[in-house]
Amino acid sequence: MTTALTPEQHLELYYFMQLNRRLEDRMVRLFRQNKIVGGLYSSLGQEATSIGTAYALEPRDWMAPMIRNIGSLLVKGCKPRDIFTQHMARYTSPTQGKDGTSHFGDLKVRHIVSPISMLGDLIPVMTGVAMAGRYLGQKIVAMTWIGDGGSSTGAFHEGLNLAATQRAPFVLVLENNQWAYSTPVSRQVPVKNLADRALAYGISSRIVDGNDVIAVYQTAKQAVEECRAGRGPVLIEAKTMRMKGHAQHDPADYVPKAMFEYWKARDPIARYEAYLNEHNLWDAEKKSEIDARIERELDEDQKFAEESPMPPPELAAQGVYCDGCHTIEAEWHRPKKELLPPASSVEAIWKVPDFGGFKGAAPSAKQPPAPKAPTKPAAPSDIAEAPPLRVPFGRGPKDRSFEQEQREKPPARPHRHKRRRR
Amino acid sequence: MPEITLLEAIRQALFEEMERDPAVVAIGEDIGVYGGAFKVTEGLLAKYGPERVIDTPISETAIVGAACGMSYLGLRPVAEMQFIDFIACCFNQVTNFAAKSHYRWGAPVPMVLRGPSGGGVHGGPFHSASPEMLFVHTPGLKVVYPSTAYDAKGLLKSAIRDNNPVLFFEHKFLYRRIKEEVPADDFTVPIGKAAVRRAGRDLTIVSYAATAHTSLDAAAMLSNEGIEAEVIDLRTLMPLDRDTILASVKKTNKLLIAHEDTRTGGIAGEIAAIVCESAFEDLDGPIARVTAPDTPVPYAPPLEESYLPSVEKVAAAARELAKY
Repeated sequence: MTTALTPEQHLELYYFMQLNRRLEDRMVRLFRQNKIVGGLYSSLGQEATSIGTAYALEPRDWMAPMIRNIGSLLVKGCKPRDIFTQHMARYTSPTQGKDGTSHFGDLKVRHIVSPISMLGDLIPVMTGVAMAGRYLGQKIVAMTWIGDGGSSTGAFHEGLNLAATQRAPFVLVLENNQWAYSTPVSRQVPVKNLADRALAYGISSRIVDGNDVIAVYQTAKQAVEECRAGRGPVLIEAKTMRMKGHAQHDPADYVPKAMFEYWKARDPIARYEAYLNEHNLWDAEKKSEIDARIERELDEDQKFAEESPMPPPELAAQGVYCDGCHTIEAEWHRPKKELLPPASSVEAIWKVPDFGGFKGAAPSAKQPPAPKAPTKPAAPSDIAEAPPLRVPFGRGPKDRSFEQEQREKPPARPHRHKRRRR
Repeated sequence: MPEITLLEAIRQALFEEMERDPAVVAIGEDIGVYGGAFKVTEGLLAKYGPERVIDTPISETAIVGAACGMSYLGLRPVAEMQFIDFIACCFNQVTNFAAKSHYRWGAPVPMVLRGPSGGGVHGGPFHSASPEMLFVHTPGLKVVYPSTAYDAKGLLKSAIRDNNPVLFFEHKFLYRRIKEEVPADDFTVPIGKAAVRRAGRDLTIVSYAATAHTSLDAAAMLSNEGIEAEVIDLRTLMPLDRDTILASVKKTNKLLIAHEDTRTGGIAGEIAAIVCESAFEDLDGPIARVTAPDTPVPYAPPLEESYLPSVEKVAAAARELAKY
C-alpha cells in the first residue's frame, strides 16, 4: 500500500480545502442576509481533517459525516449546490427541505449515511454498515467522525465496543476541535489524548496533526487499508481547532484569544499552500486557475440555490413510511449459499480460550488447572479471591431449598489472604 | 396441522424467513449459543451460523444502531431486546435515528425490533412494561402486537418483509400459555388489519395482546348473562385499523376499550377520539376504558393482579355500558 500522492492529487486536496472554505464564506454572507433558514455551523480551521480523511476512502466505501464535515461530503462527490440548497431549505435540496444543513445522504451512489444531531449514534450505525459490507463480501470500509464532545456519549462507547468485538472494518475519526460548544476538552475528558481510549477497546489508534492535510490523509489511508485487510477497527484522533463559535449565533467569547492566535498560525490552508510552494507542486498561475474554478462553480451553484423554490406545503405529510417507493436489495459479492445450511451450520458452543482467572493466584491442589494462557502473568496483588458462590444448576437463589441450605450452613471461616511470593 | 405455542410460532417464522432470504440476520444479547432469554431463537445459530445470528455485548443502542446500518446495505435485521423494557436504553436510536430516516432523507430502514413485553409473570417494574405507545406516538415506526400463534407467525413474516422499522411486541404471558394449529408453510398476516374475534350485537370491546384473551373470556361470561359483546383484536397498533373499529361501533353503538398499558396516553384514548370524530352519532353510551392504572408494574402478586385488567374488570365495565 502506498500513501504517496500524485501532483494532481496534491492539487485536488487544495481544491477541496479551498472549495470548502469559500463555500462556507458564502454561507456566512447568506446567513447575514437571512437566506439560511436555520443555524450555520462553521468548519473553519478543520478543513484538513474533513478532507484528508474522506480522501482516503474509495467510491465503494461508506461514510457518515458530522455537521462540520462539509469537506468530506465534497470529497465523496456532493456538490456545493447540495450544501447551499440544504441550508436554504429549498425543494431542490437532497432532502427536499425536510431536513437542513449537512443532514442528507445517498445510499445508492455515494454511500453516505445522513448524520443526526444526537452525537454518537452514527458509531453503531456505521459499525452495522461495516458488518453488513463484510457479510455481503463487498470489502468496504465504513468511516464516521465524532468530536471530543461526542466522545462522551454512551453511543460512542457501545458502538466502538461492538465494532471492536466484531473486528469491524470501521474507521472512527475523533476530531478533537478542543471545544464541545462552550466546554473545553479538559473539562470533558480526563485523559491527555482521546486516542488513548482505544486501548480500553483493544483496538489500534493513531494521533495526527489535524491541520496537516497530508498527514491526515496518510494516517487515514493506512487506517482504511488496515481495516480492509481485516485488522479493524481503528480510532484516529485528529487534533485541530474550531475557529468559530458552536454556530453563527455564538461569538465564542469563552475561548482565550491567545488560543485562537495559536491556531491561526497553524491554519491548514495557509500551511498547505506553503507546502505546495516548497515542493514546487504548483505556481501562481495554477493557483489562480483553481481559485477561479472554485468561484465559478460556487457562483453557479449559489445562483441555482437562490433561484430554487421552497417545497410545497403538502410535502410535509408525505414520505413518513416507505410504501414501496424504494426497492431494497442487497448487493451480493459472495455466493448466498455460504450463508445457508449446510454451509452456514455450526456447533452452537462457545470456545473459551482461557478460563479468565486471576493470573497472580496460585491454584490449590484441589482446583482443576486452567488452560495455559498466552498472556504474561499479572503482577502479585493483595486482592483476595472471592468466596465461592454455589448456585446449583436449575436452582437459583429464589429456590426455597437453596435458601434453606444457605441458612443451615455453618458460618464460613474467615478468609485468609493469599499472597504470592516471588 | 401441528399445534404450536405463540413462542414456537415466532421461532418458526424466524427459521423460515432466514431460510427464504439470506439478507435476514438476527442480532441481540444471548440469542446465539444460549438461544435467547426465553429461547425464542434456540437453534438458529446452529443452523445459520455466527455471521447471521450475532451475539452482542449488552448494548441496546449498539444493537439497534448496527441493525439500522445493516439495513442501509439491504439486509433485513431482526434485533432482539432481551426484555422490551430495555428499549428505553436505545430510545434515541429507535425514535430519532430509525424512525426519521425515511422521512428525512429517503433511506428506508427495513428492520424488526422484537422483544418480550407485558406483565402477569411477576417480573416487576423492569421486566413487565408495555411501552408500545411510546412508539405508536413516533411517526415512522410500525407497531405490531399479536395475540395468537397464527398471527405471531404471519405478522412477524410481514414485519421482516416490510420496508420500515417494525416494533414487534411479544406478550411473554402468552408465550407458552396459548397453543393453536398453525400451518407449517409460508403465509403472512397483513400489518394494519384488526381481527374480529367474536361477533356480537350489544357492545364492542376493542383490545389487543393478552387483554384480547381477557376480553374474550369476559365476552363468554357476558354471553351467559344475555349480553353479546363483539371482540376486536387490534393486532397492529400503528397503523391502526380505523375501519374495523368504526364498522363495529356503527353496529353495536357502544364501545369499551381494554388494554394492559397504562391509562393516560394509552391507545384507548386515541381510539375514543377517532370514534368521537367519525362515529359520534352512532354512540348510545359513553366510551368506557379498562386499563392499567398510571403506575409502574408492581412486583408482588396481589399488587400485580390489582394492576392488570382482568376478566371481572372487563365484564363489570361491559355490564355498566350495556345498561345504556
